[in-house]
Amino acid sequence: MSDLPAAPFWMPLLIVIPLAAGSLAFLFGPRSSLGLVAATLVGIWLALIRLILDFNDIGLQLYPIGSWSAPLGIDLRADGLSVVMLGMTATVGSFISLYALGYFAGERVLGGRFWPLWWFLWAALNALFLSADLFNLYVTLELLSLSAVGLVTLSGDRESLAAGLRYLLTALAGSLAYLMGVALLYGAYGTLSLALIAGLTRSEPANALAASLITVGLLLKTALFPLHFWLPPAHGSALPPVSALLSGLVIKASFYMLLRLWFEVFPSALTPVFAQGVGALGAIAVFMGAWLAFHQEKLKMLIAWSTVAQIGYLFLTFPLVAASPADALTAWSGGVYLALSHAVAKAALFLAAGAMLRVTDEDQIERLEGVGRHLPVSLFAFAAAGVSLMGLPPSGGFIAKWLLLDAALSTGQWWWAAVLVLGGLASAAYIFRVLRRCFLAPREHAVFHPVPLIMPIAALSLAGVALALGLAAIFPLRLLEKSAPFVGAAATPPMVVP
Amino acid sequence: MIPDAWLPLLVVLSSLLTGVLIFFVGEEQHRTRTTLNMIGAVAKLLLVGVMVWGVFHRHRYETRLPLLPGLDFVLRADAMGMLFVGLSSVLWLLTTIYAIGYLEGSPHRSRFFGFFSLCVTSTMGIALAGDLITFMLSYELLTLSTYPLVVHRGTPDALHAGEVYLKYTLTGGALLLVGIIGLYNVAGSVEFTERGALARVSEIHHPALLAIFAILIAGLGVKTALVPLHGWLPVAMVAPAPVSALLHAVAVVKAGAFGIVRVAYDVYGVEFAARLGVLEPLSWLAGLTILYGSVRALAQDDLKRRLAYSTVSQVSYIVLGIGILGPVATIGGVVHLVHQGLMKITLFFCAGDLAETLGIHKISQMDGVGRRMPWSMAAFTVAALGMIGVPPVAGFVSKWYLGSGAIDAKQYWALAVLVASTALNAAYFLPILHRIWFRPASGEWPKRERDGLETRPTLLVPTLITALLSLAAGLFAGARFSPLGWAKLIAAREYIS
Repeated sequence: MSDLPAAPFWMPLLIVIPLAAGSLAFLFGPRSSLGLVAATLVGIWLALIRLILDFNDIGLQLYPIGSWSAPLGIDLRADGLSVVMLGMTATVGSFISLYALGYFAGERVLGGRFWPLWWFLWAALNALFLSADLFNLYVTLELLSLSAVGLVTLSGDRESLAAGLRYLLTALAGSLAYLMGVALLYGAYGTLSLALIAGLTRSEPANALAASLITVGLLLKTALFPLHFWLPPAHGSALPPVSALLSGLVIKASFYMLLRLWFEVFPSALTPVFAQGVGALGAIAVFMGAWLAFHQEKLKMLIAWSTVAQIGYLFLTFPLVAASPADALTAWSGGVYLALSHAVAKAALFLAAGAMLRVTDEDQIERLEGVGRHLPVSLFAFAAAGVSLMGLPPSGGFIAKWLLLDAALSTGQWWWAAVLVLGGLASAAYIFRVLRRCFLAPREHAVFHPVPLIMPIAALSLAGVALALGLAAIFPLRLLEKSAPFVGAAATPPMVVP
Repeated sequence: MIPDAWLPLLVVLSSLLTGVLIFFVGEEQHRTRTTLNMIGAVAKLLLVGVMVWGVFHRHRYETRLPLLPGLDFVLRADAMGMLFVGLSSVLWLLTTIYAIGYLEGSPHRSRFFGFFSLCVTSTMGIALAGDLITFMLSYELLTLSTYPLVVHRGTPDALHAGEVYLKYTLTGGALLLVGIIGLYNVAGSVEFTERGALARVSEIHHPALLAIFAILIAGLGVKTALVPLHGWLPVAMVAPAPVSALLHAVAVVKAGAFGIVRVAYDVYGVEFAARLGVLEPLSWLAGLTILYGSVRALAQDDLKRRLAYSTVSQVSYIVLGIGILGPVATIGGVVHLVHQGLMKITLFFCAGDLAETLGIHKISQMDGVGRRMPWSMAAFTVAALGMIGVPPVAGFVSKWYLGSGAIDAKQYWALAVLVASTALNAAYFLPILHRIWFRPASGEWPKRERDGLETRPTLLVPTLITALLSLAAGLFAGARFSPLGWAKLIAAREYIS
């Protein structure tokens, strides 16, 4: 640990900048938003780019807060997985911020509530991805959940308040389970540092219990079937920019923690039964989510159910990684890349839907006729993001699917390959259900409201990123590979052409 | 000069940029849109001309970008690819002109031409793909960019056709993906190389390679419209005529057939594929499709539907050419890729002329139409005779080489299939010709325009050019740069002898 040179302050900056922005937004209200947004985004990107470059040149980055190193102090730590998740947050977050500038332009009260919560949420996400110990993860996860609940209830109508309350209760239950697991581990090993615990874990009942509690808590927050019940109402009833950040970013935080804990802290507990079981839940989620998405009448509910389906995909990573050390890196990279692509594509989808709904003033899919003519940019964004969700090339979703399928076929687990392929077709069904309506002529007397130009543009740019991820996969994959947990374990270097 | 590494990419970009720009052109700015279309199409034709010359002289054009660790995005101009690129870029120019005339005054033209260009972009990607993953990328992009063209009219019929089209093609794409990843796992590479690279894979993996071949063909067979995967093609007929023309002659079915050609020749290698024993079932499937398509065509009264079943039948000639092992049959199959394209696009142009000018959609309404539209119907006659295989039209050359190839390879059943198919072709085309020229007109046609032309020049001129091209491809088959000459070049490079 301590033999690594202390990294510069890019990591704390990534947390401090959005925190400061949140406080300023809270103090000054909506008046300052444009300048503040610009300054914050620039600051975050500068710090992030420096961090990524440092990681790329030097490797693992550690920053002891107040110069106290673990186990006594708190470390910030950035490896490949962290920087990729930070990059994902910054990309999606930037476009959501630009979109929100347009979305809240005429609504000072809503905007005044949105901005502080959003910046705090961003700070929590960055801090979470940089945490190096279990307790820090807990604190950041709590901060994240509380900001998210606040954002869900933003509009204050009855539907969103009910969804928000349900969201709050599940989030608290999840945190509680997680905290109990952490307490058990602390009791057993006397440390909370991920790296230290990883070297200490033994197979014993207390460990198994701790791991189960932590896992159930995180699965609840990630909304894996059958713990998904809270997600569609919360994501479907929130305001579009909020839905985008919830579906795109927030659920990725708990998924990230699951990846960290299972593949780095207690990989010895990763039994085939557990891995296949989680995969099976994922498979059910893929098909059930797609089925329900296809049968929704409201556009945002369709997208929310699609999130349930896509979360199912993410959990196919577990059986694919567990099957063989030689293919673990491929499967793991595929899973992370899927999380990344889904974040971008799903956020783009919600942003595009938000613009389309603003135009037609209705949330019914059946009423979308003629949107193509009045808002072609949003429709394009929707279609392009849909391509990534379906896993068709060129898109990040395709790259992720390729990696996962590669791992599934080379470990001989054809049933997961079947889930991946059929799930892609199922998502095509609900995406095209929306797109086909837009080819119809608008009905008579349809009223189309104007939208601020930045909204469709932000949606389209983000959808463009989703496609670009399909052509620029090399750099993020290299970053991931650099500090992947399996590099030593791989018998032969995977993904090499003889 | 342009560096060689950029040329294939530029060919693809010439239509991609055109498409993207057209999306931003306002609905009413016809002139801007037409100019953009023409610049893109002509620029592409010039670039392709340079590459054809270079490839003939064994020049190497390759664009290579890393896509995944160990996998590249490769665009490469080789003899086989250039055949398809040449066909597509010539027909793109003509179809664009035709479509401008055909859609005059109809809504959503920017959307139409935008996707039209994307569709050609994907076809270029397919033709120039240097490995299976690049092929796959373009192949799926083709599915996505043709969907808006199929549902363009927004009628319930069109939407239904779009749905059927997606169900078939997306499933096919998924199978293709599984096949490609399976192959990558077994062979470690999915690059195209002349004469294939799988012969060196150890025998233990041969059953796997067999299964993968079946999966790949099933995936590609959907777009090729191999029976029983052909169901989408007759339904997709509701699309506007230029789209049907493009679907049948250049883009979709050809993409499938070209994919099968690539897999057989440049991934497996025909000789290795023959040793695996996969070519025989493939040629049976092709034979079955040829006969089935022709029989179904007999019973259609809707002109475009009859042409659609004719496509089902004719495209499988290309597959049959692969299945009958040997360089002569290869020439016949590969050259039919071009010949079928020229003839079929003429037929669809004519069908569009009839529908646009006289409102004729059914064969039973075509009595005496030769007197009202002599030029279009002359073009139709040339193409129809070519389809039957009457010399000197291009179709005869294809059939001649396929037949001689079958005799060379002692595959007499294939010869029988060819003869039967020719008889069937005659049975469904000759009655149409009889109606056109020898029956009295059944009703009043709309009057000619003031200038005395039988239809708009933008519709007539492309039709006549493609008809002349199908005639010329047959008459001058012996020339070095004729489709036949080029197919011989390919065959020489695909067989060691």
